[in-house]
Amino acid sequence: MPQSASGSLGAARGTGDTRPARPPAPDTAPSTTRAPRPRVTRRDIGRWATIATFLTPALLLFGVLVLVPIGLAAYTSFFDWNGFPGTEKFIGLENFRRLVNDEVFRGDLWRGFVLIVLSVTVQLPFALALALLLNQPLRGRAIYRVMFFAPYVLSEVITAVLFSMVLSPNVGLANQVLRYVGLEELAAEWLADTSTVLYAVFVVITWKYFGFYMILFLAARQSIPAEIIEAAAVDGANAWKTFWHVTLPLLGPTIRIAVFLSIIGTIQLFDAVWVLTGGGPVHASETMAITMYRYGFQSYEVGYASAISIAMFMISLVFALLYQRFVLRRDTEGAVTVIGGKR
Amino acid sequence: MTTSLSRRSLLGLAGAAAGTVFLVGCGNDDDKSGNSGGSSTIEWWHISNTDPLLSIWQKAADDFMAQNSGVSIKITPLANEAFKSKLTTVTQAGNAPSLFQSWGGGVLKQQVEAGLLKDITAEISSFVGNLTPAPLKYYQVDGKYYGLPFDNGMVGFWYNKELFEKAGIKDTPKTWGELLEAIRKLKAAGITPIALGGKDKWPGHFYWSYLAMRVAGGEALEAAMSEKNFETPDLLEATKKLKDLVDLQPFQKGFLAATYDGPDGQAALVGNGQAAMELNGQFAPSNQAAFSKSKEGLGDKLGFFPFPEVEGGKGKITDVFGGGNGFVVGKDAPPETVEFLKFLLSPDVQRKAAEAGAILPTNKEASDGVKDPNQQIVAKTVAEATTFQLYLDQAWEPKVGQQVNDSVAELMAGKASPEQVLKSITDAAKR
Repeated sequence: MPQSASGSLGAARGTGDTRPARPPAPDTAPSTTRAPRPRVTRRDIGRWATIATFLTPALLLFGVLVLVPIGLAAYTSFFDWNGFPGTEKFIGLENFRRLVNDEVFRGDLWRGFVLIVLSVTVQLPFALALALLLNQPLRGRAIYRVMFFAPYVLSEVITAVLFSMVLSPNVGLANQVLRYVGLEELAAEWLADTSTVLYAVFVVITWKYFGFYMILFLAARQSIPAEIIEAAAVDGANAWKTFWHVTLPLLGPTIRIAVFLSIIGTIQLFDAVWVLTGGGPVHASETMAITMYRYGFQSYEVGYASAISIAMFMISLVFALLYQRFVLRRDTEGAVTVIGGKR
Repeated sequence: MTTSLSRRSLLGLAGAAAGTVFLVGCGNDDDKSGNSGGSSTIEWWHISNTDPLLSIWQKAADDFMAQNSGVSIKITPLANEAFKSKLTTVTQAGNAPSLFQSWGGGVLKQQVEAGLLKDITAEISSFVGNLTPAPLKYYQVDGKYYGLPFDNGMVGFWYNKELFEKAGIKDTPKTWGELLEAIRKLKAAGITPIALGGKDKWPGHFYWSYLAMRVAGGEALEAAMSEKNFETPDLLEATKKLKDLVDLQPFQKGFLAATYDGPDGQAALVGNGQAAMELNGQFAPSNQAAFSKSKEGLGDKLGFFPFPEVEGGKGKITDVFGGGNGFVVGKDAPPETVEFLKFLLSPDVQRKAAEAGAILPTNKEASDGVKDPNQQIVAKTVAEATTFQLYLDQAWEPKVGQQVNDSVAELMAGKASPEQVLKSITDAAKR
C-alpha cells in the first residue's frame, strides 16, 4: 500500500512541476489532453511496483520450491546416477525407455486406473448419499456430521498405522470380529493376499476421505435455495425426479471439483499405502509415487526415480489441463479474474 | 571440464533441493574443524539412539574429550531410517560428517568413489590385527581402509526348544533334508514352523543367500556379482531348493504382509512361542523379547543352530553369512577422528557394550564380554568362519541388493520362478 500512495503523490507532484515548464497555452483543451498522459504513466509504474512488491516473495518461493525442483528433476532424469556427487553418467532418454518397458510402472498405471474408477464410482456416490441423508431433518444429525468428518482430520500415516493393526491377520480387529460372530471363513489375510490388497487399500483411503467429500457435498446442497425444491414439489415432481433434475445439476460444479481432487489425489497416493503395505506384497498395491520412492531412496537409482517423477508430473499436468479445459470450464468462467478484462 | 563441473554442481543442487535447506547448512559448519593445534570438532553420527548403547557411546565420547583437551565431539544420534535420509541429503551436496555409521560393502564403495571418505590405512595398520578378520574386507576398497566394524555377527536359526520337543524333533537339523523333515513334523504337530516378516523383504533374502552359499560354495555369491552373472546351474539349484521350502508352506499365515517388528511381526511370533523358529541375526533375541507380550521373550527355551548343510553342496556349514555395524571416517574429518575410532574399538569400550548385550565385539580381547550362551556360540562361529559373506543388501550396491530382496520376495509369494529370480538379479547387476 505505501508504494501506491507514494506513487500517486509523486504523480501529483510531477504535474505540479511540469506545468510551468510547458509553453503557455489556452487553459481548457490542452491541459486536459496533455496533462493526463504523464500522470497515467507514473501511476502505472507505481501500480506495477506494487504488484511486483507483493508478488515477488510468492513468486520467489514458487520458483525455488516448485519450478526449480521440477527443472532439476527433469535434468536429473537424463542421467544414470546413484545419488553421490561425481558419479553421474549422461544416458539421454534411456531412463524413459526403461520406464515404458517396466512391468511395475505399467502395473502402477493400471492400479492407479482401478483406484480412480473405484473412487469415482463408489467413494464419491457414497459421500454424496451420506451428504443428502444428513441434509434431512434427522435426530443427532450434528453428531453424525462430526463423526463422519472425523477421519479426515487424522493424517494419512496415522490412518494407515491404525488400519495395519485392524487388518493384522492374528491380533487384528477385523478378523477377531469375524471369528467372534462365527464368520471364521471370511477372515482373511487382507493385506497379504495379492488379490485383495488393492481393495483393502481402497477401503482405507475411502474411510479417510469420504468425510471430506461429504462435507463438500453437504455445503453445496445447503446452498441450493429451498424455493427451487419447493417449486419442483409444486410442479408435482417426486423425490427422485427432484433429485435427478434439480438437486444433482445444481450440485454439478461441486461434483466436478470433487472428481478432480479425487483423481489428482489418487495419482499422487503415497503415505497411506507406504505405511500400510509398502506397495506389496509383490507390487500388488504399489503406486507410481511408491515406485519412485523405492528407486530413489532404497535402490539409489536417482536418475531413474527422477524419470518416474517426471512421468507422474506430466500425467498430473496433462490431466489437470484437459480437465480444466473441458470439464471445469463452465464452472470457472467468470469466477477467475482475467488480466486485461474479458477476452 | 566446464560442462562436467556445471553438471556436477547442478546435480549437487538437485541433491540439496531434495532435502531441506537447513540440513545442508548443518553439513557445512563442520568445515571449520580442520585447523590443527587449536580446537577440533568431531561430528559423529550414530544410529544407537536407544540405551544401553546410547549412554555407552556418550560416556566414551566424554572420556575421550577428557583425555584429549582441544577435541570436542558433537554427537548426533539418529534413528536408522532418519540417518539414511539425512546422510543422503548431505552426501548429495558433497559433504560428510567426520565419523558415521556404516554397514560396509556396496554403499561404502559408492561413498569412496564419490570421494566422501578418508583413507585411514596408515593410521590403523598396527591396530587392525586386534580385530576379528571376517568382516574387515567390507570396510576396504582396493585394499585401503576407510572405516572399521565395531560389531559383527551372523545369521542362523533361532528356535524354540520346547516346540521342537513337542513336535518330536530330537536333534537340531544338520542337513537341508533334516530341516525339511523338522518342518513337516512341526506342521503335523500344528505348530507354525517359521516366522517371517515378508513385508520388510530383508528377512527373506537370508534364506536364498544361505542356500546359494551352501549349494554353490561360500564365495559363489561374490563371484557371481563380480561376473555380473547369476544364471548359473548351481545358483539355479539353490533357488529351486528355496522353492521346495516355500512349497511346504512353512511360514505363518499372512507372512507376505507381516513386518519384522510390531505385535504381529516375525520377532513377536517367535518371542510369544507362536512359531518355532526364525532365520535371523545376532540381534534376534533382544527383539523377540522387546516385541513379545511378556517383554521377556523365550529365555532359556531359545536355542541357536547354524544354517544346515545341503547334501552334495560345495559350501560348508562353517561358511558364515551375516553382518554388523561399523564407523567410517569422512573426508574432512580432523586427524583426531581416527584416534577416537580406535578408542571406540578398544577392549574396554567394546567389553562394556558387549556386557550390555548391545553388540558382538570385533575386538578379540573383548570377546569375554559376551555372557549369553547362545551369543557365545554366534561369536565363536563367526570368529572361526571359513568364509564370511556380508548381507547382500549391504555388500552390494543398493540397486542390486534391493533387487535380490524384491526377487526373493516374489519367489516366496509364488509370483516368480527360480529362473526369473536369477534373471532379474543378473539384469540389475548389469544395469
